Order: sequence, then structure tokens, then C-alpha cells
Amino acid sequence: MENKHDKGISRREFLRRLGAGAAVTAVAAAAGCDPKNNFVTGDRSAQGEVPTDKMTYRTNPKTGEKVSLLGYGCMRWPTVAGRSAREDGNDIDQEMVNRLVDYAIEHGVNYFDTSPAYCRGFSERATGIALSRHPRDKYFIATKLSNFSPDTWSREASISMYRRSFRELQVDRIDYLLLHGVGMGAGSRNGMEAFEERYIKNGVLDFLLAEREAGRIGNLGFSYHGDIEVFDRLLAEHDKYHWDFVQIQLNYVDWKHAKEVNTRNTDAEYLYNELASRGIPSVIMEPLLGGRLSNVHDHIAAKLKQRKPEASVASWAFRFAGSEPLVLTVLSGMTYMEHLQDNLRTYSPLEELTDDDKAFLEETAQAMLRYPTIPCNDCKYCMPCPYGLDIPGILLHFNKCINEGRMPSSSQDAGYRKARKAFLVGYDRSVPRLRQADRCIACNQCKPHCPQNIDIPRQMQRIDKFVEDLKQGREF
Amino acid sequence: MLRKIRIGAALLCFTAITLLFLDFTGTVHAWFGWLAKVQLLPALLAANFAVVALLVVLTLLFGRIYCSVICPLGVMQDLFAAAGRRARKNRYSYSPAISWLRWLMLAVFTGAMIAGGSLLIHKAALLIAPYSAYGRIAANLLAPLWQLANNALALIAERIDSYAFYSVDVWMKSLASLATALATLFGVGFLAWRNGRTWCNTVCPVGTMLGVLSKYSLFRVTIDTDRCNGCGLCARNCKAACIDSKRHEIDYSRCVACMDCLGKCRQNAIFYEPRPVTKAFEKADRIKAERERAEKNETNEQGMSRRAFLTVTAAMAASGALRAQEKHVDGGLAAIERKKIPDRATRIVPAGARSLRNFTAHCTSCQLCVSACPNGVLRPSSRLESLMLPEMSYERGYCRPECTRCSEVCPTSAISRIDAADKSSIQIGHAVWVKENCVPLRDGVSCGNCARHCPSGAITMVPVEAGNQSSPQIPVINTERCIGCGACENLCPARPIGAIYVEGHENHRTI
Repeated sequence: MENKHDKGISRREFLRRLGAGAAVTAVAAAAGCDPKNNFVTGDRSAQGEVPTDKMTYRTNPKTGEKVSLLGYGCMRWPTVAGRSAREDGNDIDQEMVNRLVDYAIEHGVNYFDTSPAYCRGFSERATGIALSRHPRDKYFIATKLSNFSPDTWSREASISMYRRSFRELQVDRIDYLLLHGVGMGAGSRNGMEAFEERYIKNGVLDFLLAEREAGRIGNLGFSYHGDIEVFDRLLAEHDKYHWDFVQIQLNYVDWKHAKEVNTRNTDAEYLYNELASRGIPSVIMEPLLGGRLSNVHDHIAAKLKQRKPEASVASWAFRFAGSEPLVLTVLSGMTYMEHLQDNLRTYSPLEELTDDDKAFLEETAQAMLRYPTIPCNDCKYCMPCPYGLDIPGILLHFNKCINEGRMPSSSQDAGYRKARKAFLVGYDRSVPRLRQADRCIACNQCKPHCPQNIDIPRQMQRIDKFVEDLKQGREF
Repeated sequence: MLRKIRIGAALLCFTAITLLFLDFTGTVHAWFGWLAKVQLLPALLAANFAVVALLVVLTLLFGRIYCSVICPLGVMQDLFAAAGRRARKNRYSYSPAISWLRWLMLAVFTGAMIAGGSLLIHKAALLIAPYSAYGRIAANLLAPLWQLANNALALIAERIDSYAFYSVDVWMKSLASLATALATLFGVGFLAWRNGRTWCNTVCPVGTMLGVLSKYSLFRVTIDTDRCNGCGLCARNCKAACIDSKRHEIDYSRCVACMDCLGKCRQNAIFYEPRPVTKAFEKADRIKAERERAEKNETNEQGMSRRAFLTVTAAMAASGALRAQEKHVDGGLAAIERKKIPDRATRIVPAGARSLRNFTAHCTSCQLCVSACPNGVLRPSSRLESLMLPEMSYERGYCRPECTRCSEVCPTSAISRIDAADKSSIQIGHAVWVKENCVPLRDGVSCGNCARHCPSGAITMVPVEAGNQSSPQIPVINTERCIGCGACENLCPARPIGAIYVEGHENHRTI
């Protein structure tokens, strides 16, 4: 067992150092085959077993429930192809899901967060199958009313979606129910209008309040993205609705720099403090900012490692998210056992950040924003570009160069010439000339398709300008 | 010893010049770029009198060293000749000079050069210019092989995550130029294989020019008549066919100072030494008088072989064209149609050429700039009036603002040396808009890629209807600011015929 998880950690470390997400399976297999040749294994053996009884718990102020600080996000269950179901069209690997859930519960995790929308709609069922094999008092179920699509806006459709969750999860009570993605626009509606359509006009919110009254919902809350007006309005109406919890995006970059990551977002510091001032516990999503706080630039990884050589890069982000006292649980969508083990270690028990640590992470966030990667996860919804561009190819090459530290941040850099060559040669290798960023005509046809809200034409022009700077040897 | 030094020096020069045509990274030019500039004809065309004077002095001192060491076509012939000698030893024999042909060739060539570029005779004359003839062989035949080898290395480099090699496009730049190169290679090569330096001593105008000087050179090969037993071994090893062993005489106008004869003599009767100055002129006159009595020669054979090789050329060229048409289409990506070359009224030549007239008058079509162009812009022309002369087109890339490679490598004054700042203000052409193809009007999408990439800011996007801000935006070109670099043409999304293209200018001007 010990040997086994040692392998796991080393894999993850290895990958982080490589920063090559695409090579996951090949590299992990190569590293795992022969533990003797594994260069990271040596300094990992000191960590020992993942503790089973040291999980940090937080108390739900309303119910007194003890909730594990690590919550299991069920949107990235592994598929039979061994990838996250988010990126992969294959069936969910139920065997593996069962194993992950068993392991998580065994090590003290008791909060499982899913949605009717996750894993192409199969997450609830898979989660239900795995959890139903455990006593009902061992876990809390959180799911959402994910009535995004306009054809689910009617009262009937929404309520039927709600009822379906019970069947899929094989439960008669949902411990935590969330209005899903409040603040997001839908169709042509802005955040506020969409909220009205989805929960107010059809009376669904009143229905859910009644369900809570009846005990079929333990806690009622909402997950928030986007339009800050909706967030402010719902908190202003707290006296009316009595939110038991709210799910927000919080991490050490979004804490003070949310606008720099995505202009629609709001600083997590504001969101958290608004909730804390009303005594509402926060559930944290995106503690890793979509993986960008685990797969970081080499310079950043080096700094984090220097400060705490035994800790993983991701553990800093989890400790940051867990250190605020009114955080109920921190969700992590763990596809691989290695991720689960690493996170369990971080929270068994949580070692809270000192003020000094927080200042250090703030510095790290600022450094990270100087090397801003583009949040493309290669879903290819933008493709095919009618003018022949390989959009994800271009964005991924750019990100890869940033993460591997091969990005000249200034023409005055010591390694500028080498980095310049690597970027330009690698660019031609990754993307054929006729499909590169300079071919983008900014017709904007791709833009609405991007789930990450990337302003693709703007990014194309930015990369094109960068390439031109390199080619022309301009100073920057 | 002298022979070994000659061979060593010749191989060095030859390799370096060949590399000039092969290397696409620009590194070799930094070291050996001067080798192209010391070629006689380019130096004359560049009015580079220092080099011309140097070559004159060199020849007056040592004979036609130029032909055996510096001229790449000469060294190439020696390589073929060496192969021929391997097949049969002592294969050469003395033959009298065909002076009338030599002088006729030189006269026609000089006339064509002076007459200037517009005449067809000028193009034909360039075919026999030795350095350019070799340049076409290297650029058209060797460079693609070199690039393919490079691409194989790049493929390996990519596998091991190295950036030492990067792959480049290999494409047939001009059928006419390729055919000429093949014909020259086989024609000259065959002559050299059979008879050594026949080309240099009958056809080559540079050879004839230098021959006039080498007749009076200080150092030359002499036969010691006292020791010579008239065995003729020297003559049978003279690839210039200039040793008349019966008469113990050497035609110095044809001797290329290869030193091959020196080591062959068993009587130790032949030397390379300074001449006794008094006798020199008298002797030269006598030789000349003897040459007057000329005989027929082997030109028929030449003609035959060339024709045969042209057939091969055509077949190979056709297969090359077929390959170039293959197109890759990948699954998730939209197919990209190949861009057609617009029909330009005036051809475009690089900044530094000053004008079409200057360019045509000075270019020897050696293809060095074509080999050096990293953007796939320069290629030999296929038009009759500018056959094989480099011209520009933008379907593969555009004339990038930071690049001045062609002006750096040009050994003549066809493309004068300019820097990037000069280039940004030299107008070599201007962009023309083709309304029917412009995507905002045709596809109803916003575009502006031409305006976004114009390095001189000559293109502005304006609404097509003057008063209506929401009507589609179209590019308007300020022709006065346009420098004709082709960024707009290259990056225009309309295919196969772009909505904006560059029309060349007869006279370049600084704006």
C-alpha cells in the first residue's frame, strides 16, 4: 500500500514538473512501472500512509452536522478510457468511482457534490450507485437544480428534474440543495433575468422552500457565478429565504484578482465576507482555479516547493481555501486516486495558513498573473473555425510554453534568444502555418461557443502580436 | 604539392559556395557571403572595381587560378572530369583552340549584357554565365535535397523535444528554372566527363576574358625542351587540352593552372615558374599564329546529349508538380483552399532593386536570393521577358519587415544592400482591393485582417455605406503609404483568390 501511494504522489509531482497534461497516461505509466527509477520517490517515503482519522471537520451552524473540509466534487468522474468524464465521451468507470468513494469515506470525506448536469448527465447515477453501498448517515449529498436550458424553465420541468435527482441518487432526502449557477446568463437573458425565469416566475424557489420545510431538503443554498447584482440581491433577501449555505469560487488568485482572471467575476474576498457577515457558511468551488493552481509555471512551482518542499503545489491552494473559518467544505473534482490522496493529506488535518503564508500566496498570485495562461481546456466547441484556424492548438501551445517556463516575459531576459526559438519553432510544429493566429479575421463566430468565456479573437490577436514581437525582435 | 593546394582550396571554395545556396538559416552567409561577391561577372555587374582589379592581378600573376579554384562551375567540372578519368586514364589529348567560337561567345555575351535586360538574348546569355549557372544547379537541384534531409532531422528533433532543427517548406519554385538547371548540369557535366574543360575554353565568356590575361601571366607552366622526350603524358592528362607536346608548347589562354600535368612528367621536364619576361610576348604571338589553323570539333555530340537530358528533365519536373499539388485535410479542421497567384500586370522585385530596369540589367539569375528567402516569397520568374530572374509572390508568406536577406546575399547590384529601416519606407508596389472577394461583403462577417497586419498602417477599415456605421467594414488603401510588402495579400482569408493583392512598381521609391 505504501509503495502504491508513493507512486501516486510521484506521478503527480512528475506531471506538475513536466506541466504536460496531455502526456498523463504515458508518463504516469512510465513512472509507475519501476519505482526504483522514480526520482521523486526518495523524498516521498517520509509521508507514510494517508491518515484515516485526522480529517478536519467544520460544523454546519444550523444543523450542527460535522462536514469534512474536503468535499468530493462529482463532475470529473473517471471514464473507462481513464480520463475525466468532462473531457471524454466514454462511459463512466463505475468500478473506479466505487473505489474512489470507498476510499474517500474510509478516510473521512462525507460531503459529495453532484448535479443532474455533470458528466453528460450521468454523474448523479454513478454517485448514487457508489454511495448507496454505504450507510446513509455516513455521507451528505449535495445536488443542484440545474434548469439552465429554457425548456426546463417551466415549473413542471424543474420539479421533475428535482424529483429525478432523488431517484438517481437513491435517497429520500437531499442534504444540500443548490440553485445552480445563479448569476449566469442563459440564452439571450442576462444573469438577473435568467434567475427570475428559472426560480422566481415559475414559483420553483417557493416550492423548494416548502420542500425544506417538509424536511426533504436539509439545507438550501445557491451556487454563484457571474453577475454580482444577483448575488447581492439574494443576500439582501436573506431574511426572506434564510440561505443555509452558498457555494462560491474561492482561491488565492480570485481572492483579490478575480477581475483579472475573468471580467465577469467578483473578488472572492468580497463574496466570502458578505456571507461571513451574515453568518452564512461558504462551500468552496474552483479552489484550484480549474487546475491552474496545480499546473503552474515552473518559476511558481519552484517558489512554492522552496517554501515547503514536501507539500504539493495543489496543497497550497487547498490550505488557502480551507483556512477561512466559515468555509464549510472545499470541493475538489478528483478524477484520480492520486489527487484524492494528496488532498486527503492536505486536510488530515488542515494546517492553517499563517498571515505570512497568506502574504506569500498573494505574491504568488501576482506573479502568476504576470504569466497569464488562457483558460482553454481543449473542449473544441469552437471548432471547426470556418477560416481554418486550429484555435485550441494555438491556445494550448501558448499555455504550454508559459507553464514550461519557455515564455520570454521580456526581450531583456537572459534566456530570451533560446526561448524565442523554442516558442517559434514549437509553434510551427504544433500548428501549421495556415492555421496560426495571424489568420484570425475576428469574425467572432467562435466566441459564443466557448464555455470558458474566452474572448478567442482577442486572444488570437494577443498571441499574434506576441509572435510578431518575437519574429521582429521588438523590445518588450 | 601545388596540385594538392589547388585541390584543397578549390574544394573549400566549392563547398562554401554550395552551402551558401543550401543554408536557409543565414549562418553560412555571415562567414562565406564574400565568396559570391568575388565572382567575376557579379563583381563587374556590381561595379565592384576592387574585386575586379584583384582578380585581374591574380590572373596576371598566376594564370587562371580563378577558373580552377574560385569558380564553382569550374570546380564542378573538375569533379565530373575526375570521374571520367577514373573510367579511363590518360584520356585527354591536345586540340587547337577554337578561337572564333570563343570570341564570338564573348562578343555576344558582352553585347547582351550591355544591351540590357529587356531582350531575350540577355536571358539566353545568362545561361552561360558560369557562377549563375552553378547557382541554378545548387538552388534548384541540391537545395531541395538538403531541405528534405533537414526536415528528416527536424522530425527526429521534434520526437526528442529539441529545437535544434525546424522543418521548412520544400516546393518547386519554377519549372523553367529547374529545367535549365538540369540541362546545365547534364550538358556541362557530360562535356567535363568526356573532355575536361571544353566548356570553359570554348563557351564560357569569363574563361575567354581571363584567358586574354593569363596569356601574359607571370607564373605559368613551362616545358624544359632539353629534358622532354615528347612522350605526351602531360598532354594526355591536360583537361584543358592546351599542351601541344609535339611542339613543346602550351596555350596559356586555355591553361586553368590546375597543376595536374606537373606530377605526371616522368622526365621532370615540366614546371610552374615565372617566365623570363623578354621572351614572353614573342612566344605568345607565335602560339596565336599557330592557333589560326583551326580544325573542326565535337559540337554535334554536345547537342545530342543535351536534348536527351532535356527529356529527362521534363519528366522529372512533371512528377515534382504532381507532388506539390497534394493537400492535407485533417479531421476536425476546416479545409484550406490553396491560394492562386494573382495575375499581376507588373512583377514585384525586392526592395533594394531600385527599378525593374536596374534589377534586370544586373541580375545574373544565380538564385542566391531565392535560396536565402526565408518566407517563400522569392522564386524564379516563369514569364518569358524575365525568365529565371527572381520575382516575388505572396501566397506562401509575405516580405516580412525584419528581413533583408536577399539584399544581404546579392552579389551584384541587382539588389543593393538595405537595412530594415530603409525597407520600411521603400515602395515596391501597392495593394489593390478586389471588391467581389472581400469577406465582409461576401460572407457577411467582420474581418479587417489586412488592416490589422499592415506594417505601414496604409489600410483603414471603413463602413461600406458612408453614413451607416453598422454596414460592413471594408478596407481602404492609402496607396501613398503602402510599401507592397504583401502582408495583406498573404493574410487575406478569401480563397482561392484573395480580396487584396499587390501590384508591382516599375520604379521603386522612398516614401
